[in-house]
Amino acid sequence: MIDLYADTLLLVASTIRTATPLVLAGLAGLCAERAGVVDIGLEGKMLGAAFAAATAAAVTGSAWVGLGAGLATSLVLALLHAYVSITQRGNQIVSGMAINIVIAGLAPTLAGAWFHQGGQTPLLSGGARFTEINLPFAESLASVPVIGPLYSEVISGHNIITYMTVAIVPLVAWMLYRTRFGLRLRAVGENPEAVDTAGISVAKLRYQAMAIAGLLCGLSGVVLSTGLGAGFIRDMSAGKGYLALAAMIFGRWKPVPTLLACLLFGFVDALQGRLQGVALPLIGEIPVQFTIMLPYVLTVLILAGFAGRMVAPKASGIPYEKDH
Amino acid sequence: MSNPEFAIETRALTKRFGDVVANDSVCLKVRAGTVHGIVGENGAGKSTLLKMLFGFYQPDEGEVVVDRTAHTFADPSAAMKTGIGMVHQHFMLVEPFTVLDNIILGAEGSAKLEDARATARGALAALERQFGFNLPLDTVVEELPVGVKQRVEILKALYRGAEILVLDEPTAVLTPQESEQLFALVRQLRAEGKTVLFVTHKLHEIMAVTDDVTVMRAGKIVAERKTAETSTGELAELMVGAKVAREKTREAHGERVIRLSLKNVSANNDQGVRALKAVSLDVHDGEVLGVAGVAGNGQTELMEVITGLRQVAAGSVEFDNVVIASPDVATNPITLRRMGMAHVAEDRLKTGVVESFSAEDNAMLGYQREPDFSHRGILKLKALAETAKRYFESQDVRPRNPKLAISSFSGGNQQKLVIAREIARDPQLMIIGQPTRGVDIGAVTKIHDQITELRNAGKALLVVSADLDELLAISDRIAVMCEGELVGIVAVEDADEKTLGLMMAGEKRRAS
Repeated sequence: MIDLYADTLLLVASTIRTATPLVLAGLAGLCAERAGVVDIGLEGKMLGAAFAAATAAAVTGSAWVGLGAGLATSLVLALLHAYVSITQRGNQIVSGMAINIVIAGLAPTLAGAWFHQGGQTPLLSGGARFTEINLPFAESLASVPVIGPLYSEVISGHNIITYMTVAIVPLVAWMLYRTRFGLRLRAVGENPEAVDTAGISVAKLRYQAMAIAGLLCGLSGVVLSTGLGAGFIRDMSAGKGYLALAAMIFGRWKPVPTLLACLLFGFVDALQGRLQGVALPLIGEIPVQFTIMLPYVLTVLILAGFAGRMVAPKASGIPYEKDH
Repeated sequence: MSNPEFAIETRALTKRFGDVVANDSVCLKVRAGTVHGIVGENGAGKSTLLKMLFGFYQPDEGEVVVDRTAHTFADPSAAMKTGIGMVHQHFMLVEPFTVLDNIILGAEGSAKLEDARATARGALAALERQFGFNLPLDTVVEELPVGVKQRVEILKALYRGAEILVLDEPTAVLTPQESEQLFALVRQLRAEGKTVLFVTHKLHEIMAVTDDVTVMRAGKIVAERKTAETSTGELAELMVGAKVAREKTREAHGERVIRLSLKNVSANNDQGVRALKAVSLDVHDGEVLGVAGVAGNGQTELMEVITGLRQVAAGSVEFDNVVIASPDVATNPITLRRMGMAHVAEDRLKTGVVESFSAEDNAMLGYQREPDFSHRGILKLKALAETAKRYFESQDVRPRNPKLAISSFSGGNQQKLVIAREIARDPQLMIIGQPTRGVDIGAVTKIHDQITELRNAGKALLVVSADLDELLAISDRIAVMCEGELVGIVAVEDADEKTLGLMMAGEKRRAS
């Protein structure tokens, strides 16, 4: 009984950890799409930020410098996508995919050229990483029954970006639904003409939304390489950008449901980690190749329409032109 | 504020798009506190003028004078600041937002929405009292009927301090009753000292609601009149630049052969909701059966079940005494065409033509399997070019270049080509949706004449239209639909706008 409780807590803690980059990227995609720009380049931005953060942290030994570099990289990529999508009215899917492909090739190439470790950055340690923070009394309370392990395992012991994420979700929701900026952002994703005729610049609003998306997505990359991992490795985003996009759609382009969807993905991912090498009753041991598939199978099921009809912001993906 | 004679005045306003002069030194004068009408055909330059008035376009030459000050508006907010409020034909509303959020969008004041909304509620309550509005501020816009959405737009403009309201084709989407309510509101606005610019192509509306009227043709102002001193006849002449003969010869019915017969036909819409409920009607040879109704009351589904585009859920459709559609029978549109049914689609750009294809290719679409156009799957390009050329000449389609993409033709010319294509094979039955939607007045007359000619030649025609004037002009009988049901069928001699309007609202049922 006690073992089961402890196991569950470990699973929950692991869910929170794995969900962190998903939530951040999901919110990034949400800000972009609510403003009418489809952001399939989350994957590339995340990977780019992970690489930049790990590189800067490895060189300077400071995780905070890494954070800055990661955010800046993702922001630049987001603005590039914005330039193509908003100013040049290009195809948003093509632009996003181009970013994904370029970064997937460029990051390991640069890493190889700079560090000679086969496309990786050096292993980060100490101040070059966002390590787990143990909240006050986590040690001493651990022995208190029920509440103790919950506090020390689940609530305590995450990196600072995870704690920041906990604050960012309500912040994004507040921004979207309680501020003038949020009202305009949601309007521009539904009917940019209404925004334009109300005397507000459609392009400026969309650039602002993309900048926010860039920063959020950057944070998700930073946590990958300097928080959850200890350095950059090739393809370390492993489709998380796409998973985040799926979670955002499953969450119907709303912050809290998107958070829940990301937690579901995080849970399935954590579960697959726990299932590896474990013999289940009746079935036996599941080959690791199959357990790893779980989050992606879930994505396919969700996007294949098992989660009901999902209505995207009406102007999402459509460049705005004054004369139709 | 000073009290100038003119609320708004334009001085030699000119706008060019490439070689086309859309507005050629337009000098419009609108007296303060009046309702001023602007009429003109499609393409006469009304929309361009309006877009310059509220800063959406910038003029190449000239200026707009509001309150004795000359302006060139850089953007809509600059125009708004001088008190010009625009109500667009296609509403500039964010559908999933509430009425309140739509009204404050762009004029929120406070950065915090809660405060912005609270301030707005106070100001709106006062405006609503003054102008007699009663709008559900917390309802989501997409749930509102069209007439109410329009009021939201008007209130939105008033909230921004509009002194001059510009209404662009405001009645295009309204039922006659809703139009009456709009006219009442316009009069109320005038009584409260506002100036209203009312743009339309429906002449009886000009007569009903305006004080002055300006007529535009080919980018220029051709006449200015006091409404009381003119007539619809004179205005129509001025718009077109020639006498319009709307009278036409209508031959008496011959023998009443039933060509198309619907028996208790029901069908669902795309959402699986019953959209057509037990509709029964007959179309005879040598008659035009008009179908009226507010958009979305089953007319689209009616056309689709007849033309083989939608499965029938109950009942049957018979063409030449053959069941072509029933719950067990579905006939492919190709077969229907070969049986002698032609279809001029209601949504031209969606189902009538392929926009990016040339006019020539569009002249063949739907008939590409016919031996004239192809042999064993290989197109006969030469025959196609000749056919297109023939259509262009017979229908006077302009510009005379069948190689151009169909999208670069005006709505009227597209429609003329579609009609040429559909009548080329001498069909016995024609199903026509919105024959003159987005078509200029010159072409309207031609299309109407053509429909009458076909009728006189003994063809059976079913015409669905949102334009009651049109139905009254071309139909022998008019069927009215409301919420998927056939409210009734009236002979055109017994029909007028008022009766039809009431029937469209589902209020009155009359035996056919």
